[in-house]
Amino acid sequence: MSNTGKKIEDKTIVVPEYPRVYLYIRIVQAKLFIDNHYADEIDLENIADEAYFSRFHFIRLFRSAYGKTPHQYLKSVRIEKARQLLKEDKTVAEACFSVGFQSLTTFSGLFKKIVGESPSSYAARHKEMKKQISEKPLAFVPSCYAYQHGWLEK
Amino acid sequence: MITKMTITNIHVLDQDSAYDFYVNKLGFKLVDDIPMGPDTRWLTVSPPEQPDLQLVLFPVKVSKMFPQETADMLITLIKQGVFGCGVLTCKDIFATYEELKAKGVEFMKPPTKEFYGTEALFKDDSGNYFSLQTIDNFSHENNI
Repeated sequence: MSNTGKKIEDKTIVVPEYPRVYLYIRIVQAKLFIDNHYADEIDLENIADEAYFSRFHFIRLFRSAYGKTPHQYLKSVRIEKARQLLKEDKTVAEACFSVGFQSLTTFSGLFKKIVGESPSSYAARHKEMKKQISEKPLAFVPSCYAYQHGWLEK
Repeated sequence: MITKMTITNIHVLDQDSAYDFYVNKLGFKLVDDIPMGPDTRWLTVSPPEQPDLQLVLFPVKVSKMFPQETADMLITLIKQGVFGCGVLTCKDIFATYEELKAKGVEFMKPPTKEFYGTEALFKDDSGNYFSLQTIDNFSHENNI
């Protein structure tokens, strides 16, 4: 089906061929699919097919809703999940492979580009912070809140 | 000279449920989750693209700050939906609305054209409500 156009005062108004809400639901479903299957080998072509869009149209709509192409979005979700795993004391290799990367080099390079430091340095920094938090938790809470809760040190 | 707001509160009824709502449904980023004794944590989250603003998911419990009567009163008001916690902005309100609805977020108002922009209203898991707007509608006077 092609879009229908109306000619009004020399301006062509493109009327969508289906209600906008279906369009949004399809794009959102694709985004949620990535959120839930980021660790698998995701074929973004298939997502476009399932959403009944041409690949080009799908990427354009996805980008207009989320500010990133599906591929960029998938990478950002994987790196975000890897950050969580590193905070939970997983090794760099564990984090890399459990979020769907096949190569440690690709993972480390992308992690550094997005986060601004290498995965190992990120993990070491968080390990040290966790140690400090467990030793002196109140140092990490503004004293007004600690006072309201009655958490003040004796 | 004051320059920024860095920490603010949202009073919540249950921290575990609030964590699930703000992190897993709204997609906020966890900043601190520090145990502070039995059943209480210092729990803060940030909007995904605003790491320098932390929202404290502050439990309403009997404490130095909240005597029993105050805590009971506050819990009743939160459940009644008396407290609005601010405006959240997003790139595309229709996509965000559909996504949050798919995740079970309760909306009191779907995206609606208002004189100031397109706005939807939703509740958190405690009863606090937020306005959701598109970022384009929130730019006046920001660039002076």
